[in-house]
Amino acid sequence: MSIAVRVPVMTAERIETPTWQSLRRFAADRFSMVAAIVVLAFVLMAVLAPWLAPHDPYETDLLRRLQAPAWMEGGEWSYLLGCDALGRDILSRIIYGSQVSITIGLAVVLIATVIGTVLGLAAGYMRGWVDIGISRLVDILLGFPYLIFAIALMAMMGPGLQNIILALVYKEWVVPARVVRGEVLAAREMEYVEAARAVGAPRLHIMFREILPNILSPVIVVSTIRMAHVIILEASLSFLGIGVQPPTASWGSMVADGRAFILDAWWVCTFPGIAILFLVLSINVASQGLRDAFDPKFSD
Amino acid sequence: MHSTRSSVTEMSTPLLSIRGLKTCFPTRAGLVTAVDGVDLDVYPGECLGIVGESGSGKSVTFASVIGLVRSPGYVADGSMQFDGIDLRGLNADGWRTLRGRDIAMTMQDALTALNPALTVAEQIEEVLLAHATDLPRRGRRDAARARAIEMLRLVGIPAPDKRIDDYPHQFSGGMRQRIMIAIALSCRPKLLIADEPTTALDVTIQAQVLDLISDLRRELGMSVVLITHDLGIVAEHTDRVAVMYAGQIVEAGVTRELIDRPRHPYTRGLIGLIPRLSDLDAPIKPIEGQVPELIGLGGTCRFYDRCDFRASRCRTDIPMEAAGLDHQVRCVRVEESLQ
Amino acid sequence: MKPLALVGRIAQLVPVLLGVSVIVFVMMALTPGDPVEIMLADQQATPQQVQAMRHDMGLDRPALERFGVFLGNALTGNFGLSFFHRRPVAEVIAERLPATVELTLAALLLAIAISVPLGVVAAVKKNKLVDRLAALGSLFGISLPGFWFGIILIILFAVHLKLLPVSGRMEFACEVPAITTLVTIDSLLRGRPDCFANALSHLILPALTLALPMAAVLTRVQRAAMLEVLRSDYIVFAQAKGISRRRVLWRHALKNALVPTVTVAAIETGSLLGGNMVVETVFGWPGLGRLVVESIFVRNYPLVQAAVLFYAVTYVLLNFIADVLYTMLNPRVRL
Repeated sequence: MSIAVRVPVMTAERIETPTWQSLRRFAADRFSMVAAIVVLAFVLMAVLAPWLAPHDPYETDLLRRLQAPAWMEGGEWSYLLGCDALGRDILSRIIYGSQVSITIGLAVVLIATVIGTVLGLAAGYMRGWVDIGISRLVDILLGFPYLIFAIALMAMMGPGLQNIILALVYKEWVVPARVVRGEVLAAREMEYVEAARAVGAPRLHIMFREILPNILSPVIVVSTIRMAHVIILEASLSFLGIGVQPPTASWGSMVADGRAFILDAWWVCTFPGIAILFLVLSINVASQGLRDAFDPKFSD
Repeated sequence: MHSTRSSVTEMSTPLLSIRGLKTCFPTRAGLVTAVDGVDLDVYPGECLGIVGESGSGKSVTFASVIGLVRSPGYVADGSMQFDGIDLRGLNADGWRTLRGRDIAMTMQDALTALNPALTVAEQIEEVLLAHATDLPRRGRRDAARARAIEMLRLVGIPAPDKRIDDYPHQFSGGMRQRIMIAIALSCRPKLLIADEPTTALDVTIQAQVLDLISDLRRELGMSVVLITHDLGIVAEHTDRVAVMYAGQIVEAGVTRELIDRPRHPYTRGLIGLIPRLSDLDAPIKPIEGQVPELIGLGGTCRFYDRCDFRASRCRTDIPMEAAGLDHQVRCVRVEESLQ
Repeated sequence: MKPLALVGRIAQLVPVLLGVSVIVFVMMALTPGDPVEIMLADQQATPQQVQAMRHDMGLDRPALERFGVFLGNALTGNFGLSFFHRRPVAEVIAERLPATVELTLAALLLAIAISVPLGVVAAVKKNKLVDRLAALGSLFGISLPGFWFGIILIILFAVHLKLLPVSGRMEFACEVPAITTLVTIDSLLRGRPDCFANALSHLILPALTLALPMAAVLTRVQRAAMLEVLRSDYIVFAQAKGISRRRVLWRHALKNALVPTVTVAAIETGSLLGGNMVVETVFGWPGLGRLVVESIFVRNYPLVQAAVLFYAVTYVLLNFIADVLYTMLNPRVRL
């Protein structure tokens, strides 16, 4: 059978228009737009860290041990947010730390979304034992609290950037898989899918060329929301000391480093935390705007 | 049963008097005027039927009367006098004392109107506890419960003393409707607004419920406004009737007269929809088209697009005009179209 | 819910619980580092001794058999010996559990106490200032990194204002004999209000830290549920009865709008278990979460394994309870 049998449904037109409409709605939502710009700024900060950071984030200087932020007594304007216990510039470390958060956030969500989408499509479209197998696995993985699962995996694999990504992906794919499966179950009954089936389009073609483009927007919306969760999880792991290892600057481990000095150097743990809050908050606001733009019935 | 109401109309002052009522809903598409200049009187003891398709404004008119127009809708203009009270001047407390005590309401579907999470007992007793002034100080709750059981017996719930502690979903559709009526009537209101009381029920139970309402009306001496889209029900159970279309009353009069001699093309269309025993085999001819969007209407008869008798002079605002004793109609071509 | 349906739900739990234990077992089996070598690390054991110990612990048997033994032991509450404490794992966990339960319950109560009224008011005052503030607050709530927020609370209330203690569960002077093992309740039962106050002062910051993200989620759920309920016919009908507005909102509406909140609260209690690890670490709370984190660093794997299994089983059961609660609270589903 030849794939040249073109299904008489114009996939391209049908999705393009509403997607563009949604994006326009998103652009009109000023609050979310600002948040999206902040997120982009963080991404830029991560990419341009070597040029943006005023100091080497790893350069220790014991003379500057726990030096206060610039506006406080003992502070210097060239070390805006002060220094940590090893005399490293906190601002520079925060700028470099964004690399960890952004890399892990993007990588985990991207990999998990690809895996989850493929498995969700398979479960929802093929049904039968494929569905049973995948759904059971999803149920079992949902049986673990997220952080505990990640901690157990990290204990097993040892610390490190790649291991964090792996540990989080192992559970994260479940989220897009469930969303996709649900959407596929609904899409199966739609006319365009039945039409494609009627003309004998191959299974993979229907799954990836017909159904997938039509269910992408909920997947995208969910992925952006998940990114916020993943970034907090990574920071939590690093905070507990089983994530990114020193001396790599990670916001979570910077907060952990500062814990010992809360009595006399509050800034060491305060500023990295504000960075996490700010990034996660922006992602949450932007993804909410995205959700409202793609699915206006959600917003009230 | 179908007494001509004109004698009563002349004798008494209306219990409810609505003039120029206008109720609007702001929407994204624009301001929807769901009720646009409605004049109505309800006399003590009578049953007034309000007929119209969904979207005609019949329910919104009486939601305005009881002050429960759904947000973001609001009463924009007009006056409503009830038993000497200016309804538009009422504050929240004023409404609270009036509702349930003097004006009561039943809704289309008792399944959704009764709270699924509360027992029938609680749902009746709370009305009594809120309004009944003659309950004894001591043992108020017991007295309210006894009266609630009495109400359930009155509306024909078997073994009410046992069933009262059940939840709504444990009753059949007809029984639920009766429970809702019992709640509405528990404080013996002067006016009952029955909004589509039988639409959710099957035919045999419909008749029982309507007969129950008629019986209770006589027994309690109250007025009933029966909102329905079914002229058959109106013919059998009401004294007077008003036909609504697109937010306006298009024809009103004594039920007998209006059914026998409908003047407005819309009413005649509706009457064509009543199946008669004599011609059950004849195909029912539905009215073509849809109720117009109620945004920025005016300058034309609202039925224009669907009317078989439309003419160029229908393209203006049509006033209500007398078409007989106690019979008004909003149509400029009454004489011609009757031929 | 009909008994038969309940039995059906319970039967559905079995494969999930089995799957969970397989994963926990495999995870630990794949963990690098021989547990025996870790145990004997400080004893300069001969290879023969290591071999003998491996045999005693059954580590030289096939994986499937070991899983069978693991499962059988797990079912009887036997999780082996905690290398570090030289005591049975189950005993160590049981000792740390009350503190975690107390913290979790406190956080749950706090989250409900914050979110239910806030969600109701936000729904009633939709799009007004209160609603906007609640939305902003819950946005912050879900975005706060718990470990950082806990530290900030410590800096503010313990270090600067000196109102509350920095860490721990209670003063040593306040050891009251256990009844329920929850120190707040025990100190009340034993007639020690001073100890109750002391326990509460230790409890409040960690409970708040743990509760905030949950409160944020629950506020949204409560608001959405309330908005939905307020649109329903029975609310219009209740208003048409002329009963007080308070009664319409807090009895008619809330009784229905609580159903999703209670369900989500039960599910979210599971995520509190995860949050516990972080919060207990920050506040030096002597609970199970901190024990697990500590155990990872000393490679006390039997304990980690048992705790992870314990958490997962609890989580699955909480979800099950949420499911049952939803059916029980929703009379229409009960049909």
